[in-house]
Amino acid sequence: MQIAVAVRLAPKAGDELEPDDSGTDIDREYVEMAIADFDEQALEEAVLIKEATGASVTAVALRADGAEQALRVAYARGADRVVMADAGELDPYDSRTAALAFAQAFRELAPDLVLVGVQTPYDVFGQTAPLLGAALGRPHASVVVGVTVEGDRARVVQEYAGGRLAVLGLQLPAVVGVQSASSPPRYVSMTRLRQAMTEATAEPLAVAVEPAAAAPRIVSLERPAPRAGATMLEGDAASIAEQIVSVLRERGALVS
Amino acid sequence: MGDVLVYIDPAVNTRLLAFARPLADAAGGALVALSANGDVPGADVVLEVSHPALSPYVPEAHAAVLAAAIEARRPDIVLVENTTSGYDLGASAAAAAELPFVGYCLGVTPAGNEAEAVSAIYGGQLHATVRTPLPAVFAVNSVALHEEPQAGAPAQRETLAPPPALDALQSSFVEALEPPDEGVDLSSAEMIVCVGRGIGGAENVELAEELAEALGAELAASRPVIDSGWVAKARQIGKSGATVTPRLYLGLGVSGAPEHVEGMQGSELIVAVNTDPGAAIFNIAHYGAVADLFDVADELTALLG
Repeated sequence: MQIAVAVRLAPKAGDELEPDDSGTDIDREYVEMAIADFDEQALEEAVLIKEATGASVTAVALRADGAEQALRVAYARGADRVVMADAGELDPYDSRTAALAFAQAFRELAPDLVLVGVQTPYDVFGQTAPLLGAALGRPHASVVVGVTVEGDRARVVQEYAGGRLAVLGLQLPAVVGVQSASSPPRYVSMTRLRQAMTEATAEPLAVAVEPAAAAPRIVSLERPAPRAGATMLEGDAASIAEQIVSVLRERGALVS
Repeated sequence: MGDVLVYIDPAVNTRLLAFARPLADAAGGALVALSANGDVPGADVVLEVSHPALSPYVPEAHAAVLAAAIEARRPDIVLVENTTSGYDLGASAAAAAELPFVGYCLGVTPAGNEAEAVSAIYGGQLHATVRTPLPAVFAVNSVALHEEPQAGAPAQRETLAPPPALDALQSSFVEALEPPDEGVDLSSAEMIVCVGRGIGGAENVELAEELAEALGAELAASRPVIDSGWVAKARQIGKSGATVTPRLYLGLGVSGAPEHVEGMQGSELIVAVNTDPGAAIFNIAHYGAVADLFDVADELTALLG
């Protein structure tokens, strides 16, 4: 049983993002890129399945600044094999072409199960799981919060509005968009990370993607305008706390 | 321009039809609803498709039906809502029909044979203006859907033949699961202290609990905090958690991603504390402070205690 996980990079949460000079992409120069949140969850779920069944886990990234490091982290987290897919000049942050590049890599690697984060914060041209499912012609499900494998089927728990849950059975090979792993991603020690630095060697894999003829494009990127009438509270923590309490009193949210 | 085809998620409301109505009117096309549930108020045409595989929901079955509807009607605009089914179906239907896809939309404006959409990306920190050729598929964020559709003349009913793929599915519904009842009801809470990723770790949650207790508020959390296992799932606000309308929502270290905002934007008073001045939560807060949440929470607890 082979599981492949797509590992993509995203800005670390909490980093302040600014448009670059082109005005159509973010400026990545001073932004720390790391494995996208949901891909961390997908990777953890893959490792949990590996621990339960003895499956092997292959992490696949698209060549980009920081991708080597992301693959080493994936190795430290429990991937058995790491693969760097190289699609030449392809923009790894264009979600549609990136999904097609991943699809080609997965055709080569032929895993039984593909796990990928349910979304990245920038996949405006399509989320990877449904695009992979369509490209590979395999069943897929997104917003999944748990995966187990029973014979030739994946048993996935899909989450809906309000936290309702249902179990679906997907015939393998299948593609799953993971929202959260069955248990939270585990801490990886520095020792393990250092070990991965020397042990993990990314296997190169060349892929080729034809650009789409009629593709949507970003024409501008802006910070949204703040809410009209919003008040920013200034001062030190004590002063901010006092202002919050007085707002609550004015609004009758506090009785005393 | 032609029709606007709307996929109605059987699990949610039909507000996407109100979003679609001006697009169809502007184009002089029909507003066509694809629904596995039958009756749909506010549509011009309801495409009815009946097959045992369509209920309960299975992504593969609904994807096949949406693809068949696109094939049959050849609409200029296809809309899905960014719910679970929207994630499953939007991009895959676009890929199957070889149409462009634009996600996380807050607004869509057609202009001739193109359309311009505004999409919330990077957790709502940035808005992208996207231009796409039509026909195209758009996934609309729930947070942009405010109005219920106006019921007009009864919709014309058309039958869509079930696509053959429904009889050869490679996936199936197994069972519905009951989420555990943890005795928390955020939806009726008057006051909520909500912690986001900025809380940093499980060991810091106690500080927010103390503040919640001093306020007489319920403790809640956003998705990253829940997924990290720092706060119980029953306390999640947002797309996959509770929708709340308290008199006070106090957000500590909450970034304000659209999936969270759709669960709390109806709060009467929104106060947010975050160290990141670019956090999207400040775009919907009534009062905001760029400050260390730990310092502010300590001071607040001391003042209220």
